[in-house]
Amino acid sequence: MDFFIQLLVGGLSVGFLYGLSAMGFVMIFKSSSVLNFAHGELIAIGAYFFLAFVTWAKIPILLSFLLALAGCFLLGILIERIFLRPLIGEPLIFVVMLTVGLAAMFKGLILFIWGGNLFTYPDFLPKALGIDWKIIRIPPVYGATLIIGTLFLILFGLFFKFSSQGIYMRSVADNQRAALSLGVHVKRVFALSWAIAALVAGMSGMVLGIINGVNVHDLSGIGLKVFPVVILGGLDSIGGAIIGGIIIGLLETFTGGYISPSLRDVVPYIVLVLILLLKPYGLFGLKEIERV
Amino acid sequence: MHPCGNFRERYQQELSVFTTDFGRIWTGIGILLLITLVPLSASPYMLYIFNMIGITAIAVIGLNILIGFTGQISLGHGAFFGVGAYAGAIFSTALHLPMLLCIPAAGLTTALVGMIFGIPSGRLKGLYLTIATLAGQFIIEYVLIHWESLTKGTMGITLPPASLLGLSLRGDLGFYYLIFISLAGMVWIAVNLIRTRYGRAFIAIRDNDRAAEGMGIPIFRYKLLSFGISSFYAGFAGALWAFYMGSITAEPFNLGLSVEYIAMVIIGGLGSISGSIFGAVFITLLNEALRFMTGLLMNSDLFSTSELNIAPLREFVFGLAIVLFILLEPRGLAELWRIIRSNFRLWPFSY
Repeated sequence: MDFFIQLLVGGLSVGFLYGLSAMGFVMIFKSSSVLNFAHGELIAIGAYFFLAFVTWAKIPILLSFLLALAGCFLLGILIERIFLRPLIGEPLIFVVMLTVGLAAMFKGLILFIWGGNLFTYPDFLPKALGIDWKIIRIPPVYGATLIIGTLFLILFGLFFKFSSQGIYMRSVADNQRAALSLGVHVKRVFALSWAIAALVAGMSGMVLGIINGVNVHDLSGIGLKVFPVVILGGLDSIGGAIIGGIIIGLLETFTGGYISPSLRDVVPYIVLVLILLLKPYGLFGLKEIERV
Repeated sequence: MHPCGNFRERYQQELSVFTTDFGRIWTGIGILLLITLVPLSASPYMLYIFNMIGITAIAVIGLNILIGFTGQISLGHGAFFGVGAYAGAIFSTALHLPMLLCIPAAGLTTALVGMIFGIPSGRLKGLYLTIATLAGQFIIEYVLIHWESLTKGTMGITLPPASLLGLSLRGDLGFYYLIFISLAGMVWIAVNLIRTRYGRAFIAIRDNDRAAEGMGIPIFRYKLLSFGISSFYAGFAGALWAFYMGSITAEPFNLGLSVEYIAMVIIGGLGSISGSIFGAVFITLLNEALRFMTGLLMNSDLFSTSELNIAPLREFVFGLAIVLFILLEPRGLAELWRIIRSNFRLWPFSY
């Protein structure tokens, strides 16, 4: 029973992280229907920005957190402006391969500047955020993650619900042509959604970096884990991404714990194929997928 | 000489592979040079590069049939290449089949595996199919490493020395001939496949699957067939590679290889057989050139003393090449080649 509870807690925390990482991915897909293979690299870049501000520039933690977020925001706008905008209306494979090329470029740059070693942030989280109650042990970082993640979810919920930019973004996601004819600046919405997605990705990168240390291979690998998560949750549902993440996280830890550790990494993809065959729009996605 | 414009009068002219005798003669001369001059003059390293290009070109032609002609994006081609390599190795070590039988058998096995992983294409298209093949890539990779009784896990398999019809096939030169005869055969099959009803059905599905269905093409069957043919090419190339290398492990058949193959298809030119070969040549040479450059830079004073790590720049340049081609010439090297040719042909009145 102890083992079960440990796995449950571990799976929930890992899953929440997956969900958080998948949020930015969903945001890009929702507004511009781009499947972003460079998502893992965006996550890594956020973590490395934070690392650079904290350890190289020696800026206070909170300030460098905000600076790193701003850097990711700008990077998102730049990516959309330079690389994605010329491809509006081009066939799918070009868009997909462009993000694959971007992923290789970013990874090469990160490896060039920082190398493939593991870095850690200085320890700064207060112990009070953790839970240490008999067998249930949650380190402070997970507590902080939960708080940051929930905060971001609420903020974005409010943003999409009430702000005019958020409403524009929803309208573009809903029907691009109608939004265009009603005077929504669709290109600006694309840029904004890339910027916000890069920001969210960078934020999850920082959180992952606090938990596991900063290593470009691990962080960009998360970008591939995102696929089962978003397919399970529905490609265009932000809440679905969180729930899909938690389900995939639980699934991983339970197969790792009870069946075999080596099966752990491949189980999400087996589930992915099954969902695609049985319920391609996922748990919370729009049932708009075009069947053949 | 061509006039500008399309003045064909019969369907045979529309279907012709070479439009002029000029192209026919130069293709013949090119093949002759590849058979005679290259093996006699090339160093072993050059031969190795030629062989790698040949093997890669076979696999890329297969992928181009799937992506460029049928319009189904697959991210699992590297894994299919691996399935072919393992199938060839297992046929050769466990069943002691001769190599001449092993390679096509490996191709057929891979075609079967490819068709199984092509089943999702019956219900899915576009992005969803791409994600399904991505999952296929990871599942195959897992099976290759963990089905230990068959694949010997991380130990890998060592193949017996290659021999063809009793003749021992040692070194790069023997393989050079084998690979290029295979490549020529595979190109011939692919070029003609596109001109048959099957190839035309593939193109119809790519251009508009609903219209194709409406015109009576059973699209699921044709999509499966396309997956099968494409995986056959990958498996054939993989088995050749396994025999050429002499021993295999599951490590090289990762997502990176799949991505590299798609990059070749795009850089070479979607929906162009000659483009696939251009793409294979370009990326293989780019890889070798970058390896050479990084080796040179690492030994130079500037970088060996500083902390910067120069090796990852290879990945950066690879990504940059993909991005630049997509942004600047999305139809790839084949289109560039066509523009250059028509420039010469229409000179001085090119437009």
